[in-house]
Amino acid sequence: MAEITKEEVKRIADLARIGITDEETDMFQQHLQAFSDFANQLDELDTTEVEPTSYVLDMKNVLRKDEPAQWTTQQEVLENAPDQQDGHFRVPSILE
Amino acid sequence: MNFETIIGLEVHVELKTNTKVFSPSLNAFGSEPNANVNPIDLAYPGVMPTLNEEAVNFAMKAAMALNCEIATDSLFDRKHYFYPDNPKAYQISQDEKPIGRNGWIDIEVNGVSKRIGVHRLHLEEDAGKLTHGVDGHSLVDFNRQGAPLIEIVSEADMRSPDEAYAYLEKLKSIIQYTGVSDVRMEEGSLRCDANISLRPYGQKEFGTKTELKNLNSFAFVRAGIAYEEKRQQKVLLSGGEIQQETRRYDEKTKETILMRIKGNADDYRFFSDPDILPLYIDDAWKERIRQEIPELPDARKKRYIEALGMPAYDAEILTSSKEMADFFEAAIETGADKKQVSNWMMGDLSAYMNKHLKELHDLAITPEALAKMIQMIADGTISSKIAKKVFAELVDKGGNPEVIVKEKGLVQISDEGQLLEIVTKILDENEQSIIDFKNGKGRALGFLVGQVMKATKGQANPPLVNKLLAQELDKR
Amino acid sequence: MSFLNKSIKDLQEQVHTGASTVEQTVQASYERIREVDEQLQAFLTIDEEQAKNKARELDQAADKNGKLFGVPYGIKDNIVTKDVRTTCGSQFLKNFNNPLYDATVIQKLSEAQAVSIGKLNMDEFAMGSSNENSSFSPVRNPWNTDHVPGGSSGGSAAAVAAGEVAFSLGSDTGGSIRQPAAFCGVVGMKPTYGRVSRFGLVAFASSMDQIGPITRTVEDNARVLEVIAGQDHHDASSAPVEVPAYTAALQGDVKGLKIAVPKEFLGEGVHPEVKASVQKALEVYESLGATWEEVSMPHAGYAIPAYYIISSGEASANLGRFDGVRYGERSKQAKNMIDMYFMSRSEGFGEEAKRRIMLGTYVLSGKNHEEYFVKAQKVRTLIKQDFDQLLEKYDVIIGPTTPTAAFKLGEKVNDPLTMYAADMLTIPVNLAGNPAISIPCGFSEQGLPIGLQVIGKHFDEETVYQTAYAYEQATDHHKKHPQLGGVGE
Repeated sequence: MAEITKEEVKRIADLARIGITDEETDMFQQHLQAFSDFANQLDELDTTEVEPTSYVLDMKNVLRKDEPAQWTTQQEVLENAPDQQDGHFRVPSILE
Repeated sequence: MNFETIIGLEVHVELKTNTKVFSPSLNAFGSEPNANVNPIDLAYPGVMPTLNEEAVNFAMKAAMALNCEIATDSLFDRKHYFYPDNPKAYQISQDEKPIGRNGWIDIEVNGVSKRIGVHRLHLEEDAGKLTHGVDGHSLVDFNRQGAPLIEIVSEADMRSPDEAYAYLEKLKSIIQYTGVSDVRMEEGSLRCDANISLRPYGQKEFGTKTELKNLNSFAFVRAGIAYEEKRQQKVLLSGGEIQQETRRYDEKTKETILMRIKGNADDYRFFSDPDILPLYIDDAWKERIRQEIPELPDARKKRYIEALGMPAYDAEILTSSKEMADFFEAAIETGADKKQVSNWMMGDLSAYMNKHLKELHDLAITPEALAKMIQMIADGTISSKIAKKVFAELVDKGGNPEVIVKEKGLVQISDEGQLLEIVTKILDENEQSIIDFKNGKGRALGFLVGQVMKATKGQANPPLVNKLLAQELDKR
Repeated sequence: MSFLNKSIKDLQEQVHTGASTVEQTVQASYERIREVDEQLQAFLTIDEEQAKNKARELDQAADKNGKLFGVPYGIKDNIVTKDVRTTCGSQFLKNFNNPLYDATVIQKLSEAQAVSIGKLNMDEFAMGSSNENSSFSPVRNPWNTDHVPGGSSGGSAAAVAAGEVAFSLGSDTGGSIRQPAAFCGVVGMKPTYGRVSRFGLVAFASSMDQIGPITRTVEDNARVLEVIAGQDHHDASSAPVEVPAYTAALQGDVKGLKIAVPKEFLGEGVHPEVKASVQKALEVYESLGATWEEVSMPHAGYAIPAYYIISSGEASANLGRFDGVRYGERSKQAKNMIDMYFMSRSEGFGEEAKRRIMLGTYVLSGKNHEEYFVKAQKVRTLIKQDFDQLLEKYDVIIGPTTPTAAFKLGEKVNDPLTMYAADMLTIPVNLAGNPAISIPCGFSEQGLPIGLQVIGKHFDEETVYQTAYAYEQATDHHKKHPQLGGVGE
């Protein structure tokens, strides 16, 4: 039974790029722990011989022909951008 | 203590399909920023990827040319990381079921051949381009986002910077032959990262490796590895430990510089992408692609040596690119002397391309024109010296060598009477040289030949000039 | 004009006979919205001007043969519309007014000449079972506004139940069409995975998401699915399976139909009044010549943890794109790139979305991938086998849609695990990919609707509709409507 520490919660939040407060850290620690305990019931099932299902339909080789199609213009896509400059999307630099 | 260097290379090659690997946007280099993008490339909510058949074909072709086993069942996975140039926050790549595995490339360093393993080859999408600005901002262009890439991971089989260099040259040449990529490092259609570690001779386990990035030419790869080799040796000899880290090669200082220390392994949280269905590559599909692969450099080189009787050195250089080899074959097809064609190609032609950073298709010269020019030297119409002028014209402007020679009046003077007059005149004007010659100074003859050539603007038939000079000097 | 007792066919007939115009039909829709939506909060965005222009255009059109000509409908707000704001119930997209493309289903409905009335409220990013996770406002149940309408397609179900539109589109990842349909006393179909194109459906769990219709009758439902189903070259997972004429197949004859009733669907946690309603429904089927047997689905009880592992894992990936770089909101506080991510995502997502992202990131991280994610995918295989085996012997599987009727607002919101259990009967179907419908089958003591779930074989929506239709025609639950805004009976 995995014990989920606060450090682990913070590591997960970092991986997911979500800023969480101390309060939220506590809450998510509780919730993750509860869920993890709950999910442990899956261990009751012996699945050593079972193949995992990633695709529920048995379909293969769905491919597209190499033919171009253009739907949008540079101007249109940039209009939705929170920030833009010279035809580019603009973001703050890594460092302040 | 003596160390053995262990090198593995990860090479990314951009495939030149018409459209991107997971969207029908144009896959083009050099457009206006964010012009070749659609909502799929920009990871708009609700969009879905569709797999480009040609990208799969190209990846298979490259994998086959690198002697890989082609997977029958292949899968696409999501590889998660956040960065502004990665719009979905996952890259669609292949983790456990790549298209190709267990291939190899034969290289030759200092006359010794060696087989380097290709661990795997997989198909994935490229990221956009992030330009770090100066005013506290960075700019993102997503034109490159979704361009098809193959990642080719070598085995850690290389033991010296020269082997790494030879591997890259050969890899580039093979990929170029298949036609699936331009493999131009300067345009980013070939990129390389190197993993380097050292271990004492005789030790089985690998040492801790560092990863080298920002290697913008094959020469920098070689130099970067060489530097890293020395740096690690120094650390180890002084009792230190190598950190698992990513380093960057600085082209100015020619050193490697620490970028980041790799703590625990990256946590990419791979899982197979539900939006892209599995690939099932049956034998018929594999065979169809195999048929499309042209004769590759090694096979061609062998044919040049065995069937055409070319020296091994010439065969190696001529077959290093498909363009060179095709040019060579087109030239000798007209009946031109094979060795002469080879000499011109390895000599003046290669020198010109290197000097002007151009490739064969950038030049105006045709194989037929080169063959004709060589013919004209052989039949004495022009001298080798004049041929260089004709060649320069052909490379720059193209055209027919016969016309060029005629229009510029470059035909060789082989008329004995006309030349004798000039020789006599030169001798009359240079009595001191005659005395020097008589006194055994060989250089004087060279000077006199030079004067004759100068007087004839280089058009005098050189053997005839030599003959006449010898004859006339004798008389004096 | 009230829609409540009118089928899609009725509405179309009114227009075709000249008794009404499309413009008047659309007008009636907006009038009803003005009447009841302040109470219900089913709509997030309405574009009356555009809809009326469209209606006038249709009234003038030479070709009026569209399968859904002039029919007003609502769209769950996680289905992308080119010119209309698409929010997914999230603050992150509160100003996403120009999404640049239409979902495939929207294109198909437009080709069928249906008229879009607006975008419907939902749990943020379709994560929730009560609609309390909408970042704009919770939706109320039209039968009793103290109760939840269910989720995540709560707006879609409430709008249809209250007669604001003739039909709506919902999406169902773990029950998000069927559960609110059951809570609101309407018909909700989750088609087979791959039956309807997901292109333009904002992805929650890509291996389970499906769009489906919510309507007041089975026939209406079949009519809409006929239009929106089919393979789409934009969605590789949409299946190359022909779409039958579902409406043509509706006859009400279920003689000889073999029904499986898993005892796990009527076990612990299922309210007695729900059990009783289902029992009565089975009696109806018997009277119509069908037979039923109690069977077992041994792995159904493991569906909830397996589902939350897989769906959260996939969601954590699908929601990575909300970063404030290309569209949506970027935190005003962000001074550097790292802040941009952490602050924008922290401000943009509500608590449940964050919880699922956290959970999903956790189950995919490092060795958890094998222990949780792959394990859950293996359990998914077992659950799918349960369905396959039963449906080899039986035509359909029947049980309740939800363990209880609609609960009260605030009742479960602070306990995620209890909330997750509300989907225990719908979730196994998503794991297996089968089609399933929820139809009204009675009322609780409090007068809240109860839903009957009919599950079919992959791509056999026809039999599911047949089965549902036969029951509907033999009963009159679908004729009852909520008392709201003075209209209803």
